[in-house]
Amino acid sequence: MTQSGPILGTTRLTEEQLLLREAVRVLADERVAPRAAAIDREGAFPEDIRALLAEHDVFAIPFAEQHGGLGADLLTLILAIEQLSRACATTGLILAVQALGAVPIQVAGTTEQQDRWLPGLASGEKLIAFGLTEPDAGSDPSGIRTKAVRDGDEYVIDGGKRFISHASVADYVVVFAITNPEADKPSRRLSAILVETDRPGFKVTRLEHKMGLRGSPTAELAFDGVRVPVGNRLGAEGQGFAIAMQTFERSRPGIAAQAVGIAQGALEAAAGYANQRKQFGKPIGELQMIQAMLADMDAATEAARHLLYTACDEIEAGNTEAARWAAMAKLVAGDTAMRVTTDAVQVFGGYGYIDEYPVERMMRDAKITQLYEGTQQIQRLIVARSLLARS
Amino acid sequence: MRILVMTKPVPDPAANAERLGPDLRLDRAASPTVVNGNDEYGLEAALQLVEAHGGEVAILTMAPATGIETMRKALAMGAMRGVLVADDALGGADLPTTIRVLAAAAATQEFDLLLGGLDTSDGAGGAVTAGVAARLGLPLLSAAAKIDPDEAAGKVRVQRLSAKGYDLLEAPMPAVISCTQALGTPRYPSLKGIMAARSRQITTLTLVDLGTDLAPASGQWPSRVLGTLPPPSRAAGRIVTGAPADQAREIADYLADRRII
Repeated sequence: MTQSGPILGTTRLTEEQLLLREAVRVLADERVAPRAAAIDREGAFPEDIRALLAEHDVFAIPFAEQHGGLGADLLTLILAIEQLSRACATTGLILAVQALGAVPIQVAGTTEQQDRWLPGLASGEKLIAFGLTEPDAGSDPSGIRTKAVRDGDEYVIDGGKRFISHASVADYVVVFAITNPEADKPSRRLSAILVETDRPGFKVTRLEHKMGLRGSPTAELAFDGVRVPVGNRLGAEGQGFAIAMQTFERSRPGIAAQAVGIAQGALEAAAGYANQRKQFGKPIGELQMIQAMLADMDAATEAARHLLYTACDEIEAGNTEAARWAAMAKLVAGDTAMRVTTDAVQVFGGYGYIDEYPVERMMRDAKITQLYEGTQQIQRLIVARSLLARS
Repeated sequence: MRILVMTKPVPDPAANAERLGPDLRLDRAASPTVVNGNDEYGLEAALQLVEAHGGEVAILTMAPATGIETMRKALAMGAMRGVLVADDALGGADLPTTIRVLAAAAATQEFDLLLGGLDTSDGAGGAVTAGVAARLGLPLLSAAAKIDPDEAAGKVRVQRLSAKGYDLLEAPMPAVISCTQALGTPRYPSLKGIMAARSRQITTLTLVDLGTDLAPASGQWPSRVLGTLPPPSRAAGRIVTGAPADQAREIADYLADRRII
């Protein structure tokens, strides 16, 4: 298939994946990229971009056809997040978080629960957030303190969450809370419960002021006796930790895709600038020191991308090492995004440090991909444990 | 309401890679292709008319077999089916041949309105839509900025761009309309539209279906391209400086001197 715009690999992608990627690329280049700097500057959730993604069925990608989705596979979702993030990391995250929040419903929800919640998420009419992290429980979910106590046909939820992407704009939050405090293993104490954000006692107590990804609200939440029906629990009691881990296998590639997209965006900006910026009487792209940086940036981005695509295929095929593949993809992509965006700023010189050009924003946005959805250290832990268990 | 829209695959102007091959014919491998801009405006207008009045939008394309890829883009916007005229004997077809073939292909379809671009961004002959109307013996409403059909009366009204504004034209249907940018911005295909387009029917016709006498034997076209020249580069513009009121006066005087205003 012929392509306009940036060089995009075509091997191993199906015709369907190529068409969808091209459509999202055009949308990202023509409609999202012109908004990216303002989204970063304004620091508010871009409702217009949410509407754009809904209008063009972008939210529908990770949902089954019977729920109004496109029934696309994980790799197709990743291609879309990558293209959106190339233009605007905040926009890439809008799709990634919607997909992340929906995974617990998809993997653990009953047919009735899926029919109730997934169509609104596929259309983009409703937004969902994923509420695991707490002030004292980040990398270690066994530190979770939020409790859900059974009272007849309801749970009463008390506690708090922190660093929850989109929770202030979402209609639902999947909350991980202790329902079985007596369980011997910490991993058997949690349950996943979908909480509608209009329930009494649910409160957004603050929004973080972040280094990057500034259009994406990150909320601190308080649950003060929030009552939800038992029918809102996803999966069995005590299964919450397993659901969260299963979710990460499918959501970490989304963050890896965001990282690859950011790296690609920075690479394209740097290459374009190197062709145009003249010093010593010629474009700086003719200087070998600049060429070497650009070549390393390009090769590293491509390597991260193809590890990610392979991870998607392995995860989709049901590889028993899915967690390892997801962790490796996120680890390599996040570190690549940080390095490539830092080098992109270097190629721009002083102009890279000011907001006249997009690379300083990309560098700030890249940092989060090394931190959330499990820090890089947690990814290494997962990969090493998997490796040592097989050796 | 049945609307047939002629959609031509042309080199993507955004790619800026259009070039001629050694035989002075368009090198179709050199550039990605898109639906011709003016055809796309017509398609958007057709889709809006069918959304308002009900009916069907189909597309008609004359192109090599690879034209299907570009037709899918038009189908993704919402056209329901396509007709592709593809025949090796049509490679490098000139304007009269193109008109004869498209008219013959359109005649195999039932339509109330036949839409085409005012011109195309590659060949820029600007004669095909009008020629097809003449060949079919149907009224031509040209340079449309607005299309307003009245199915009950069997008539269509068109606002035609003119130097002073619009001319209001009316004709009985079926009619042929040449389309312009003034019809409005084409929609982006939705992802569901793209998926749906993959299973929409594209019927391929050859000269055997339409009449082998439509094209001269072995490409002996009445007209041939002898050579190409780049247009002369434009002279530098004039920059008006000074206080805003003085600038405005100077620009107004300039335009008035040339009787533009």
